[in-house]
Amino acid sequence: MKRIAHTNIRKKRADRTGYWFVLPYVLFFLMFVAYPLGFSFILIFHRWNIVTPMEWIGLKNFARLVVDPLFFKAITNTFTFLLIHIPLQIVVALGFALALNSNIRFRSFFRAIYFLPVVVSGVVVTILWQQLYAYDAGFLNRLLTAVGLSKVPWIISPEMAMPSIAIMATWKNVGIYIVLFLVGLQNIPRELYESASLDGATTTRKFFHITLPMLNPTIVVVLVLSTIGGFSLFIEPYVLTGGGPMQSTLSAMLYIYNQAFYFNHMGYAAALGFVFAFVILIVVLLQRKSVETEPTL
Amino acid sequence: MKAILKYFFLAVGATIFAYPFLWMIAASLKPEAEIGGLGLWSSSFSLSSYGTVLTKIPIGRAFLNSVIVSLSTTTSVVFFGSLVGYALARLNFKGKQALFVLILFTMMIPFQITLIPQYIMIVKLHLTDTYPSLIVPTMMSAFSIILFREFFKGLPQAFIDAARIDGCNELKILFRVVWPLSRPTVITVAILTFMTSWNEVLWPLIVVRERSLMTMPQLVTIFTIGGEAESLLGLQLAAATLLALPVIIAYAFFQRYFVESLTSTGLKG
Repeated sequence: MKRIAHTNIRKKRADRTGYWFVLPYVLFFLMFVAYPLGFSFILIFHRWNIVTPMEWIGLKNFARLVVDPLFFKAITNTFTFLLIHIPLQIVVALGFALALNSNIRFRSFFRAIYFLPVVVSGVVVTILWQQLYAYDAGFLNRLLTAVGLSKVPWIISPEMAMPSIAIMATWKNVGIYIVLFLVGLQNIPRELYESASLDGATTTRKFFHITLPMLNPTIVVVLVLSTIGGFSLFIEPYVLTGGGPMQSTLSAMLYIYNQAFYFNHMGYAAALGFVFAFVILIVVLLQRKSVETEPTL
Repeated sequence: MKAILKYFFLAVGATIFAYPFLWMIAASLKPEAEIGGLGLWSSSFSLSSYGTVLTKIPIGRAFLNSVIVSLSTTTSVVFFGSLVGYALARLNFKGKQALFVLILFTMMIPFQITLIPQYIMIVKLHLTDTYPSLIVPTMMSAFSIILFREFFKGLPQAFIDAARIDGCNELKILFRVVWPLSRPTVITVAILTFMTSWNEVLWPLIVVRERSLMTMPQLVTIFTIGGEAESLLGLQLAAATLLALPVIIAYAFFQRYFVESLTSTGLKG
C-alpha cells in the first residue's frame, strides 16, 4: 500500500515535469499555428486592408478567384515549372548518384561540390544566374556564340523564362537528391544483382527491374518535395524577372505576395493561399497514388 | 575505359556546379568592362566593387542583424526542441500521444496558409521592424522536436535511471546526461536551423522595411532589384559574394554535417 502511494507520487511528479517541458511549445503552437490557422479561415470571407475595419463579403473572394486570369496563370506557370523541374531533377540526380555509387576516388569531394549550391542562399544563386542568362553579354549566350550557335532568349521570352527558372532551380537543389539517391542505392541488397546476373540479366534489365523499383520511395520524396518547392517558388522570379515577361513567371507565392503586400488585399491573398494549399494537397495525393508502390502514409 | 568515362562525367558535373561560383567571385573583382568574359583571370583585379557596396548599403550592419537573428533562432530551436523532444520520448503525462500527433500534423500545414495571418499578428502586436518579428515566429520547430524525440527514444534507460537515483531532476538529466550523448542530433538541428534562418528572405521582406534592421539576404535583394546597384554587374556580384561567403566558409569546415542535416529533411519527408 505504501509502495503504491510512493509510485503514485513519483508518477504525478513526472507528469508535472512533462507538462512544464511541453508548455512552451503549447503556447507557441496556440500563437503561431492555431491562431493563424483559425484567423485565416475568418479572413478568407472578408475584404480587408488591415487599416480600415474588416468587411464580411461571404464567398466573394472565391467568386473572384475562379474568374481571375492571373490565378490560373500562376497555376499553369507552376505546372510548367514542375513539368520541367521534376523529370530533370530525377534524371540528373540519378545519373550522378549512379556514377558516384562505385569505387570512385574523391567521392566525397565530388559530393561536396554537387552539394554546394544547396547551402548557398537562393538570392545569391538568382543574382548569379541573372548574369549567366543575360541576353547580350550573359555567360551562357557568349558560350553559345563562341561555339557557333545562336543566342537563347533565356529570361526575356515568355516561352523560355519559366523553363529557365526550372533549370536554375534544378542546379540549385539537385545536390540534395544526389545524396538521397546515393543513400537509396546503397540500401539495395547486393544479392539482388548477383542472382540477377546468374540468371543472365543485362545491365539495362537490372536497372529497370531492380534499381528503379528499389528507388521508388526516394523518387516519391523527390516528387513531393519538388512539388511543394514549386508552389513556394518566390525569390527566383522576384529577383530574376519580377514575374514577367507577360506574367510568364508569376508563381503562386509571388501572386500571394503581390496581392497582400502590393495591393493590401489581405482577404483575397488569404483565399489564394488556401486554394493553392488545396491544389498542393491534390497534386501530391495524385502523385503518390500513381507513383508510389508501397504506401507509407 | 569505362572508369575514365565515369571520371570525365563526374568532372564535367563538378565544373557545372562549381565554375559559376568561381566565375562570380572573379567577376566581382574585375573592372565592369571585363565582367562578360568567360575566363577567371584579369590583369586588373581590384576590390573597388566591394568598396562601393560597403559605402552604398549598410551591409556590415545587415551581416550583424543576420548573425543575431540566426543565432537566436538556432539557440531557441535547439533548446526548446530538445526540451519537448525529451518530454515526448522519456516522460509520462496525459495527452502525450495526442501532442505528438498534433506536432506531426503541424508539419503538414503549408506556409501559404499561415503567412498572411502571421503577418497581421505581427502588425497588430506592433512588432514590425523589430528583431522579435524576425525571431519569435521561428523560435520552435516541429521538425526539430521530432528529430530529438526519435534520437532520445533510442538512448539506454540505464543512463537516465542512474541519474535519477543520484537525485538529478529532469532538467539536469536532459542537459548533463542526455545532451552529451546526443551531439550528432544537436549539430544536425543547429546547422539545419542556422542555414534556413540565414537564407530566409521572404519573411524579412514582409516584416522589415527599416534598412538598419534588414537581414543580409534581404538587403542584397533590395539592393539588386531596387536600382541602387545602378545595373552595375560588379556591384551586384560583389554583394552576392559577400552574402555567399560566410556560408561557403562554414560549409568548407563542416561539409559532412551540412550534407547530413539537409538530407535529413528529405529522409524524413
